[in-house]
Amino acid sequence: MISKVITITNQTGLHARPASVFVSTASKFKSELFIQKDAKKVNAKSILAVLALGISKGTEITLTAEGTDEEDAVAAILALAEANFNE
Amino acid sequence: MIYNGIAGSEGIAAGKAYIIKNSQTEIDTIAVASDAIETELDKLSEGIELSRVQLIRLKEKVEKELDESKAQIFEAHRMMLEDPEFIEAVRDEITTNSFSAAYAVKKVTENYLTIFEQIEDDYMRERAADIKDVSSRLTRNILGISSWDLFSIGSPVIIVAHDLTPSDTAMMNKEYVLGFTTDVGGSTSHTAIMARSLGIPAVLGLGHISSEIKDGDDLIIDGIEGKLIVNPDKQQKEDYNRRISELQARRKELAKTASLPAVTLDGKRVEISCNIGMPDDIKHGEANGADGVGLFRTEFLYMNHHTLPTEDEQYEQYRKAAELLQGKPLIVRTLDIGGDKKLPYLPIPEELNPFLGWRAIRICLERRDIFKTQLRAILRASGHGNIFIMFPMISGVGEVREAKNVLEETKEELRKEQIPFDESIRVGIMVEIPSAAMTADAIAKEVDFFSIGTNDLCQYALAVDRMNPKVAGLYQPLHPGILRLIKNVIDASHKHGKFTGMCGEMAGTEEACIVLLGLGLDEFSMSAAAIPNIKNIVRTVTLKQAEEIANQALELATPEEVLEFSRNKLNEIRRDLL
Repeated sequence: MISKVITITNQTGLHARPASVFVSTASKFKSELFIQKDAKKVNAKSILAVLALGISKGTEITLTAEGTDEEDAVAAILALAEANFNE
Repeated sequence: MIYNGIAGSEGIAAGKAYIIKNSQTEIDTIAVASDAIETELDKLSEGIELSRVQLIRLKEKVEKELDESKAQIFEAHRMMLEDPEFIEAVRDEITTNSFSAAYAVKKVTENYLTIFEQIEDDYMRERAADIKDVSSRLTRNILGISSWDLFSIGSPVIIVAHDLTPSDTAMMNKEYVLGFTTDVGGSTSHTAIMARSLGIPAVLGLGHISSEIKDGDDLIIDGIEGKLIVNPDKQQKEDYNRRISELQARRKELAKTASLPAVTLDGKRVEISCNIGMPDDIKHGEANGADGVGLFRTEFLYMNHHTLPTEDEQYEQYRKAAELLQGKPLIVRTLDIGGDKKLPYLPIPEELNPFLGWRAIRICLERRDIFKTQLRAILRASGHGNIFIMFPMISGVGEVREAKNVLEETKEELRKEQIPFDESIRVGIMVEIPSAAMTADAIAKEVDFFSIGTNDLCQYALAVDRMNPKVAGLYQPLHPGILRLIKNVIDASHKHGKFTGMCGEMAGTEEACIVLLGLGLDEFSMSAAAIPNIKNIVRTVTLKQAEEIANQALELATPEEVLEFSRNKLNEIRRDLL
């Protein structure tokens, strides 16, 4: 299992289009992926759950991955966050 | 059975009813026996698969035939449909509570809606609408009810709905849509405007029509009288078939002369233009003989986006429109958002009276960033054609000056950056607030032209909410009070050597045509389909006749008298011609 703290830096946060991009990317991997904001931990492959977290710019989230491709999954999402979800 | 509603768009059509139900689908079975749980889980999987295939197919079709931004809606729907948490929650309701698949979907959807609707954010509320949409598609597929995919209508039908949204009409396969009838809406609602631009009849404000008639019922829709006949008898069918062929013959006849200019018998030329929402609408306008574009509603560029459209994106659209027109005038109205038009990415606080609230120029003067981006895009495009800028929702001279200052600042920026634009670009305002109409003489000194927006002007001057069926009948553009306001605006502009156009729906109605001509209106802008008829009327009178008719109309006391008087005059003129 890998855990990484990510600070969301793009303007919209994990909202609208960036949220779709995030979830589509997460869904490509076999590993179980979760994101946690404060005490709430949700399935990173669920668009409804991710949207409901209401993650705005500047929020810190913890990404957890567990499975055969966990390293690739975390790397892909980190790269995406650095690219501000192609916003 | 005859129903009376509001005539939203002229024309008559006969065809089968095609009911669009946006409301909840009836679910008969709530719980199932424990040995039926497996069957329900299978139904769920099949329903999801079927919905998934439909959404993919829809997305591809819309991408190919409309545009990519609209196709994105279906992509978002598919992500929700395949949401693992959502599917898991539904399966859980079926296995632990023995709920039927359809009822389990309903329960889980409700839970999500509660979460989403509580969040004070327009974007999230819109996603709530998406969740409802996906859930009702899934429910229908589980229950085996055929889906109303507006895009896949394959035979001629009359659409019957509670109300139609811009996304509904965008998805329709318009080739097969003969007309619209809805429970709500008035003559200036989205449905009516859409019907007029397609040139098909619409009867609106019919109460509960969408739940009273059935799919496949025989309908005759009379958009002239505002009548809907359900399952007509033989006599009614014969009468209407005759009228339909008469109308078609007349349309054909008018089309022959559509490209001729609108010149009165004594040589006065007026411009007959079209209203557009997207550059491609110009083709439809030109096919109907438009002399230019009297109103480019730029908010559609904003409404089709997930974020504010960039300067370059807007520039491309304005330039495309200007180029398509090949030097003919293009009046671009700056962003008119607020009121009943919302942008998901531009939150407007809840308002008690949105039409009297934060909208149009009021937003632009506060959000200078949005305003300037648009002005830069329009100015840059102005080098490619004959562009006019128009500011909406002006209440007096102060706002005109302020807006012009922003325009000047923007021009100065472009000059510094050495970006070319039309230095002599003309600037005008929409006259839709009564105070602007009353002070038109003062405003005329500040602008190059006026365009009277009768839809809002009538709503504000008559204090009538045109969307409220209870009072929609009081919405009368031929009210003597409105005629006097119009006269005041036209006279003021002419006194200062400026011109006045009209881009409200009144400009395209035949009863108003001669009166407006007589009041001195210089430009009439309307939905494309109305152009051939209005041009034809202008060509049947002299300006002198029209002025006399206008003067007499101004003396009348009630809207009904004006309407009857102008109808009679129009008939007299037509009779004299024969």
